[in-house]
Amino acid sequence: MGMNRDLQVSLGSLTLKNPVIPASGCFGFGYVMAPYYDLNTLGAISVKGTTLDARFGNPLPRVAECPSGMINSVGLMNPGVDKVISDELPKLRDVYNGPIIANISGFSVDEYCETCRRMDGQPQVDILELNVSCPNVHGGGMAFGTSAENIAKVTSAVKKCTRTPLFVKLSPNVTDIVEMARAAEDAGADGLVCANTFLGMRIDLKTKRPVVANVMGGFSGPAVFPMALRMVYQVSRAVNIPVIGCGGVMSADDILEMMLAGAKAVEVGTANLLDPMACYNIVRELPAAMERYGIDSLSSIKPI
Amino acid sequence: MKYTIIENRHLTGATWLMRLRGDTSGITRPGQFVNVAVDGCFLRRPISICDWDDSTILLAYDVVGEGTEKMSKMLPPQELDILCPLGNGFDISVPTERPVLLGGGIGTAPLYGLAKALMDKGIRPAVVLGFASKERAVLHDLFVDLGLPVYMATVDGSLGTKGFVTDAYKEAGLDADYFYACGPSPMLRALCDTMPISGQLSLETRMACGFGVCACCAIKTTNGPAGVCKKGPVFRKEELIWE
Repeated sequence: MGMNRDLQVSLGSLTLKNPVIPASGCFGFGYVMAPYYDLNTLGAISVKGTTLDARFGNPLPRVAECPSGMINSVGLMNPGVDKVISDELPKLRDVYNGPIIANISGFSVDEYCETCRRMDGQPQVDILELNVSCPNVHGGGMAFGTSAENIAKVTSAVKKCTRTPLFVKLSPNVTDIVEMARAAEDAGADGLVCANTFLGMRIDLKTKRPVVANVMGGFSGPAVFPMALRMVYQVSRAVNIPVIGCGGVMSADDILEMMLAGAKAVEVGTANLLDPMACYNIVRELPAAMERYGIDSLSSIKPI
Repeated sequence: MKYTIIENRHLTGATWLMRLRGDTSGITRPGQFVNVAVDGCFLRRPISICDWDDSTILLAYDVVGEGTEKMSKMLPPQELDILCPLGNGFDISVPTERPVLLGGGIGTAPLYGLAKALMDKGIRPAVVLGFASKERAVLHDLFVDLGLPVYMATVDGSLGTKGFVTDAYKEAGLDADYFYACGPSPMLRALCDTMPISGQLSLETRMACGFGVCACCAIKTTNGPAGVCKKGPVFRKEELIWE
């Protein structure tokens, strides 16, 4: 049997025991999932998007169901960076000793810098994930991620005030994601996450009103996998920094597909919301999937 | 976890009753809920637990959309993928001698398990239930069978007091010292505004995960934002902030 296949991957200077990373916003601050399985099974954990100040986020309803996916308009609900550092990360550390990815969002370059600077001082944070792609807040998030100039500005500013490896989480809601990826790389990003949710909406035919109170939201789930995969393929060929694939991944096969497209590791988002065991099952099923397709080690996968 | 349907029958109006066999060992309190995976629907469907024993769960649900419509077509012995139990449930350790259970529509369902749990402690609650009409009144007979005093309200006056649960509660002249409630949001809000006594309320919101990771169902409370699925669905009256 192929149960001793090599799942280890490297992500820049970091080594992960496997490529499976719960995506930000789909795993809380991690510890809430500890009753379901040993979190040390995971390659890394990307925790809930964090801003300088506490945010409640958008009004309810914040979710709309779609065929093969869902729209969320949570709007970066989080207790603020200081509480995340003092309350949330220690609770995660109590149950998990692997790499932690801190996902940071903001509404100005200064705010991104200040939040990243505070996270940068935390020894338990292994990667800063710069969220320039949240579709659910106005004047921040995606407003940065849809302009190469703004991506360059915020990336280089954060690089100047931090030492932790910086990965920029790109927005798919752009004409040319390669241009955005190059802007981040040129500005000093150590890696990329490709990509965040797709802007979408639903209308309730009974009420003739948008289903989510914020009208539009981020579309995710298996329906977006082909588009995310295509973006990972385009971006990873165009840059020399590692790319984390993200978007609609539901299975071990999807992980392999993402890695063949050029991803060094893979974030799993919406799948966690449907089944709390999703990431655990994907890690467990990886060796059999690798055997099925004749892959001995994940780090040796040559992108197509 | 896998649960097997052993009964799925129409009660009245939009309401159906489903009994499932499976592991119930995790259920610690009345008022917890399950999240049901429905073939052909992307998200699970959160349904409150009406009653349970050591090997079965009873769910009462209204057909309100695609998911519950599909559920109503299911037949024994279909197997379902269900997360059970979720949520905090009602706290029955609160010292109370004369509690009242206030239910609106299908929100009556979790109050049945609650009534039985209170009776196990030697407490006999009064029950006040509100429905749209006589034809839509459901589950009230279960409380009658427990031997509890049941007061009814219907919006059209076709059964009991004409009006809402709050009207029937006033008319009953009950000297309650605590309340437990579940029903539509306007009813819960009216209770928070008008009830002079303390109580607990079970909320309903649109959810995605059901176990506290996505923040899709968060509300504002005096303790900060709280996911209805994980920190709730039951909140103390004093915790809730209505906007």
